[in-house]
Amino acid sequence: MDVIYYLIQNMLPVAIPLLLVALGGMFSEVSGVINIALEGIMLCGAFFGALFVYWIQDTGLAPQQILLLAMLIAALAGIIYSLLLSFAAVTMKADQTITGTSLNMLIPAAILLFSKMFFNSDGITTSVNFYIKKVPILGEIPVIGRLFFQRTYITVMIGILFLIISVIVFYKTRLGLRIRACGEHPHAADSVGINVLKMRYLGVSISGLLGGIGGFFYSVGVMDGNVNGHTGVAGFGFLALAVMIFGQWRPMKIFFAALFFAFLRTLAYSIPLIPVLRDLGMHPTYYRMLPYVATMVVLAFTSKHSRAPKAEGIPYDKSQR
Amino acid sequence: MEGNNINKNKFNLKSITNNSAFSSFTAAFMAIILGLVFGFLVMLFAKPDTAVEGFKLIILGGFRRLPDVFYFATPIMMTGLAVGFAFRMGLFNIGASGQYTMGMYFALVVGFMFDLPGGIHWIVAILAGMLGGMIWGAIPGIFKAYLNVNEVITSIMFNYIGMFLVDMWIQNSSVMYVSNMARTAYLPQTVQIPSLGITGSSVNFGIVFAIIIGIILYIILEKTIFGYELKATGFNKHASEYAGMKGKRNIILTMIIAGGLAGLGGAFAILAPSAIAGASMTYEPINVIAANGFNGIAVALLGNSHPLGIILSAVFISHIQRGGTLTSLVGFKPEIIDVVIAVIIYFSAFAMIMNSALGRFVRRRLHSGEDVNTVDEVIDNDAKEAE
Repeated sequence: MDVIYYLIQNMLPVAIPLLLVALGGMFSEVSGVINIALEGIMLCGAFFGALFVYWIQDTGLAPQQILLLAMLIAALAGIIYSLLLSFAAVTMKADQTITGTSLNMLIPAAILLFSKMFFNSDGITTSVNFYIKKVPILGEIPVIGRLFFQRTYITVMIGILFLIISVIVFYKTRLGLRIRACGEHPHAADSVGINVLKMRYLGVSISGLLGGIGGFFYSVGVMDGNVNGHTGVAGFGFLALAVMIFGQWRPMKIFFAALFFAFLRTLAYSIPLIPVLRDLGMHPTYYRMLPYVATMVVLAFTSKHSRAPKAEGIPYDKSQR
Repeated sequence: MEGNNINKNKFNLKSITNNSAFSSFTAAFMAIILGLVFGFLVMLFAKPDTAVEGFKLIILGGFRRLPDVFYFATPIMMTGLAVGFAFRMGLFNIGASGQYTMGMYFALVVGFMFDLPGGIHWIVAILAGMLGGMIWGAIPGIFKAYLNVNEVITSIMFNYIGMFLVDMWIQNSSVMYVSNMARTAYLPQTVQIPSLGITGSSVNFGIVFAIIIGIILYIILEKTIFGYELKATGFNKHASEYAGMKGKRNIILTMIIAGGLAGLGGAFAILAPSAIAGASMTYEPINVIAANGFNGIAVALLGNSHPLGIILSAVFISHIQRGGTLTSLVGFKPEIIDVVIAVIIYFSAFAMIMNSALGRFVRRRLHSGEDVNTVDEVIDNDAKEAE
């Protein structure tokens, strides 16, 4: 029983970055822009969030306040970085995959350069403890309290909040509908007076916001508040893309897909605690590959009848109506 | 007489600016300039007092170590060809890293496990590297052709899977791995590619092979039916299928060839002779994806996916990388070059568009008052630029 509690408690801080980033990717793709730069956007958010934490960690603010402030910085960094993608992909009509790849390459190099020159290390190390042992009141609830409100991070609750907001924006607002129209049939959207370019900028910027926050939450929940230019976010941005495809570009499905992937990853790192798996005696590398292999299996089964936005990846050109 | 002269001039300029090779060259040139300017600004921001000196080293430092420029150009030339070749068919082979790592591992296996005579040992190892890359390249091709999975995601996932597998296999092998050094053991002399005999540098026949392979690819692309089908599929998938070309077979074949090229890159890198006698290149299994694969993307884009362009751009990227390592003399870090390369890719993604706008502007300036461009001509030019 303790193992299950342990797995769930450790799974959630991993699932939340995946969830947020995949939701971000979703908003970008339903607006019609393939966002392969999620990895870079995450790392950008993580880096500036951690840098901010590093600067204000000695001011005596409470850890959770620092986290919330840094989250805003990370969101801002993510948005600004994502503007580079929207400028190239939307305004300049450049190849979205190539642009995304270049953005993924730029930020780790910039982090390494900066950290090596100014900190003499490969990244940023912070010393604030964001870990929450037990949330008051809620943590006392039997079973649920222990599962969700003990030994956790505030990031989990914020992440769920963002999921709810995303669902509302996606299904219940005019904005959500307009963004989706631009990814399905931009010319039709344009013909009824929707500014396609603006909507695409918005979609990519939302992915920048969620991606930046997701990246910072990764550094909080997985890396103990640190950022490293070499390991970056360990392919989480790409995994988030797989989560998004597995979730068929729908928020709630993405949520369950994120939980599934996070569970696999947590399992991979908890083998010594689980007697059945430990006794199998398999090399830990196999477990570490599990999320990536699972991605391929999932994609093999879901891609044939993909429900991807129809106009994704195609720059919008008014004259091609 | 004078009018005649002007006409002649105009004709020459037009024929040059309309040439597609010229326009892709100026596009690459523009992306490079913008990348370097950005790099310089970063340097100026980071350390103003030595920025100019550091920037000079980036531009000119490579000339001090010309043999090394060619040595380090070898693997990225191969990964560049791997990315560029697939790109001609409309496939974005971001998996060159995984294919490169696999090729390197296969070459290592032959190097350590097989006992072959000196004359053929290294040749077999190189071919094994190619095989390893081919296998790893075939997978995204099969996923794309039969299951409609986007090759970008597949390649990225198999970059990770390949890297984890190779690191595990190497660490589990007591012959290959020296655990207290945390890297692979020295390869036997027989499996090292013959050196070109320049003292103090590891430059070897690998670069010669890479250039020859590039030229062969050029011939395949331009002079064979397969190359034509491949390019046709890249231009318009549906039209080529309609014309009876076997799309699925060509996708898999392209990815196998691309993988083989990247695998050769891995083999060339690990089998290179060391400048120190008795030593060899080694590999450090630290769960990091091979950077040479990603640099191959830059090389391919900069070379406009043209095999001959890729040969040149690989040498150029290697040149500024060598210069970049020298900048540590004045307080910078070699990562500045990775920043520059990323910016170059970013701009080369839309350099062609900027270039055509610029070209139009220049031509308009040249022909202002002459009114030579009829509407048809302008459309014709635009169509050419769009290519």
